[in-house]
Amino acid sequence: MDAVGDVQRVLLLGGTSEIGLAVVRRLAGERKVAVVLAGRPTPRLDETAQELRGEGHAVEVVGFDGTDRASWAPAVESSFSGGDVDVAVVAFGALGDAERDWQDAAAAADLVTVNTTAPVALGVDVAARFRRQGHGAFVVLSSVAGERPRRSNFAYGATKAGLDAFFTGLREALRPEGIRVLVVRPGFVRTKMTEGLSAAPLAVDAAAVAEAAVTGLRGGRETVWVPGAMRYVMSILRHVPSAIFRRLPI
Amino acid sequence: MSTTSNAPRTALSGWGRTAPSVATLVPAGTDEDVRRAVLGAGDRGVLARGLARSYGDSAQNGGGTVLDMTAAARVLSIDTTTGLVSAEAGVSLDTLVRVLLPLGLFVPVLPGTRQVTLGGAIAADIHGKNHHVKGSFGNHVVSLDLMTADGQVRTLTPEGAPRLFWATVGGMGLTGVVLRATVRAVPVETAYFSVDTERATDLDDLMARLQADDDQYTYSVAWIDLVAKGSSTGRAVLTRGWSARRDQLPKKLVDKPYHFAPRSLFTAPDVFPSGLLNRATITAFNEAYYRRAPKEQRGAIQSIGQFFHPLDIAKDWNRVYGRRGFLQYQFVVPFGQEDAMRRAVARLSQAGTASFLAVLKRFGPGNEGFLSFPTPGWTLALDIPVGAGLGKLLDELDELVVEAGGRLYLAKDSRATAATLHQMYPRVDEWRAVRDEVDPQRVFTSDQAKRLDL
Ligand SMILES: Cc1cc2nc3c(=O)[nH]c(=O)nc-3n(C[C@H](O)[C@H](O)[C@H](O)COP(=O)(O)OP(=O)(O)OC[C@H]3O[C@@H](n4cnc5c(N)ncnc54)[C@H](O)[C@@H]3O)c2cc1C
Ligand SMILES: NC(=O)c1ccc[n+]([C@@H]2O[C@H](COP(=O)([O-])OP(=O)(O)OC[C@H]3O[C@@H](n4cnc5c(N)ncnc54)[C@H](OP(=O)(O)O)[C@@H]3O)[C@@H](O)[C@H]2O)c1
Repeated sequence: MDAVGDVQRVLLLGGTSEIGLAVVRRLAGERKVAVVLAGRPTPRLDETAQELRGEGHAVEVVGFDGTDRASWAPAVESSFSGGDVDVAVVAFGALGDAERDWQDAAAAADLVTVNTTAPVALGVDVAARFRRQGHGAFVVLSSVAGERPRRSNFAYGATKAGLDAFFTGLREALRPEGIRVLVVRPGFVRTKMTEGLSAAPLAVDAAAVAEAAVTGLRGGRETVWVPGAMRYVMSILRHVPSAIFRRLPI
Repeated sequence: MSTTSNAPRTALSGWGRTAPSVATLVPAGTDEDVRRAVLGAGDRGVLARGLARSYGDSAQNGGGTVLDMTAAARVLSIDTTTGLVSAEAGVSLDTLVRVLLPLGLFVPVLPGTRQVTLGGAIAADIHGKNHHVKGSFGNHVVSLDLMTADGQVRTLTPEGAPRLFWATVGGMGLTGVVLRATVRAVPVETAYFSVDTERATDLDDLMARLQADDDQYTYSVAWIDLVAKGSSTGRAVLTRGWSARRDQLPKKLVDKPYHFAPRSLFTAPDVFPSGLLNRATITAFNEAYYRRAPKEQRGAIQSIGQFFHPLDIAKDWNRVYGRRGFLQYQFVVPFGQEDAMRRAVARLSQAGTASFLAVLKRFGPGNEGFLSFPTPGWTLALDIPVGAGLGKLLDELDELVVEAGGRLYLAKDSRATAATLHQMYPRVDEWRAVRDEVDPQRVFTSDQAKRLDL
C-alpha cells in the first residue's frame, strides 16, 4: 500500500463475494491493480476473473474450499508466489440454514468450519506471510450477528463471533510487526447471500460496506460498523437484559 | 535465513511518515558489516539507508535487511588545494559543510536540507539551487567505492567504469552499497550569500524572469503560492544569489567570514493531529510569506540557513502534518512545455491541496545518470498532506507530466505506478541491464523498487 492508500496487489479470499469484490474495486479506485481471487473453483469464479480482467486488472485465480482443510495452506502459498500482497480481504462465508444448523450436528460443524475454522487457519498463514514481507493489512468481514447471538440465527452469529474475536486479537499480536487488521461488522447487506430474505432495518448494499471498509483502512480505523449507526444500535443491544432482548423483533 | 536475523526488526518510513514497513535494521559501521549483510541476505534482500530524508519508500525494504549507513560517518581526507574531499557514505552534508567551511570550501550541491548523507546524495543524484549552472551531485563525484552483490568493493570513476558509475548515481541504492566517495568541493570566500529578491505577480511573470537572467546567478529558486486564488495563483518570491565575497560582508561579519552556527530552535512535538495544517493556516502562511518578501532587494547578505534551509530551524517539522503523514510531489517538464506547468499549477491550486512551500526551479542540463531526475526544464515541488482523493489527483497530474515528456523525482515519490514511471524514464531498461549484470539475483531491493518494478 502506498502513501495515499493505493494498492498494488490484493488477495480476495472468497473470490466471488459481492462485498469482497466491492472492496477490491474500491481499493483499486481508477487504477489497474493485481488481484488474486481465491475461492471454490466454479464457473462463477472464472467469470468473475474475466470481468475484472475486462476492467483492466491483472487477475490470478487460486482454488480452495472452506470445507476442505487440505486446500487451505497451498492456496495461501500460491497467492503469495506472484509477489507481495498489500491487502488480504477475508470475505468468504455462508449464511447456512438457521433452524437446521442448531439441530443437525454435521451441518453445524460445517458452518463453523467454513465461517470460522477456515478463515482462522488461512488468516494464520497469511499473517505469517505478511510478517515475512514486513507489511500488509487484513480486511475481515465479520458481522453484527456475532456481537450478540439472537434466537433467529445464532449458529451463524456464533461462527462470526469466533472469527471476530480471533482477528481482533490477531490485530494486537501483529501490531508490533506493523501489520494491520480491520474488522468490518456490517448489518444486513443486500447481496446474493441475503437474496430472498426480507431486508432488515438499516440494510445497505455492498458498495456501502466497501466504502466504509476502505475509508476506515486508509484512515487507520480498526473496527467499522456498516452503516455507522449500527455501532450504537449494537452497543445498546449488547446490554439489553435477555428477558427483554428475547422479545425484540430482530 | 539471513545471518542478521537476531538484529531488531524495526518499522521504517520516509520523511513523509507514510506506508511504513518492518525490516531488520543493521548498523553498518564497517565494510565487513556491509559484506556480511549482503552475502547473508535472505530472499527479501538488502538496502542501504542514510538519514531517511527521502519522502516515500525509497529507503525501506519490508521483510529484508536495511543497513543503517549513518554508523560510518567519518571524513577521511580533505585536499585544500584541489578541493577533493573523501568521506564515508554515512556522513551528513551538514557535517561536511561544518568541516569544509573553515577551510574555505563548500559542498558543490546542497539540497533543501543539510540532513542527508553522502550516500543518499549520490543514490538520489540530488540537485540544489545551483542546478541550472552546476548540475546535480553526481557531476561532482570524482570516485566512489561500491560494494556489489558479490561482496566485492569496486572503486568507480566516471571515466573508468561509466556504466556502473552512472547506474549508481541516481540508482536509489539498487546497484549496491556506496561505502565511501570523493567529491570536489568548491572554494568560497565566506559562509554567506549575496541574495537578490524579487516578487513575480504570476507564473508567467515568474518564468519570464527566470528565462531572462537566471544563468547570471549561481543559486536560484522561487517560492510559489498555489493557495492564492484568481489572478494571484502562482505569484512568487524569487531569491537568487551568489556565494558572497569577503568585501561584500558587513563589518560585524568580516572578522569571521566562515562563521556557521545553525541551531535547532525547537523540536516539533509528535502530537499534531491530522488536519491541523488546514487550508486556513496554510493560506495565512503563504500570504505572510509573500507580503514579507521585499518587492525587490539586491545584494542582501544571508547565512546558509537563511538562504538554503528556512525550515530546518524546526527539527522534525514533518510531524506537524499529523498521523496520516504527507508526501511531496515533484516533477520536471522540459522547456517548451510551459503550458503543462501552467495546467499543473492550475490543477493543484483548484484542488485546494494546501501546501506550505511550493518551489519552482529552472533546471540546467542533465547528466549521464540513467535514472537521474534533473533534465533541462521546469521543476515544481510541493508538500501535500495525505487526505481523501489525493491519489486520484496525483494520478491525473502524472498523466499530464508523462504527456509533456516530463518525470517524477524518485527520492520524493511515494505513490506512482510502475507503468507511469517506466514511461517517464526512457533509459530505465538500459539501467536495468547494468543492474542485472552486477546484481542478477536482485539482492538489492526496496519497497519503492518493488512498487515501481525497477
Ligand atoms: C526538507 C527536505 C528538502 C529536500 N530538498 C531537496 C532538494 O532540494 N533537492 C534534492 O535533490 N533533494 C531534496 N530532498 C531529498 C533528499 O535530498 C534525498 O531524498 C536524499 O537522497 C536523502 O538522503 P538520505 O541520506 O536521507 O537518504 P535516504 O532517504 O536514507 O535514502 C535515499 C536513497 O538513497 C539510498 N542510499 C542511501 N545511502 C546509500 C548508500 N550509502 N549507498 C547506496 N544507496 C544509498 C537509499 O537506498 C535510498 O534509495 C529533500 C528532502 C527533505 C526532507
Ligand atoms: N450479506 C450480508 O448481509 C452480510 C452481513 C454481514 C456480514 N456478511 C459477511 O460478508 C462476507 C461476504 O458476504 P457477501 O454478502 O458478499 O455474500 P456472497 O456474495 O454470497 O459471498 C459469499 C462468498 O463466500 C464463498 N463461500 C461460501 N462457501 C464457501 C466455501 N465452502 N468455501 C469457499 N468459499 C465459500 C462464496 O463462494 P462461492 O461463489 O463458491 O459460493 C462467496 O465468494 C461473508 O463472510 C458474510 O458472512 C454478509
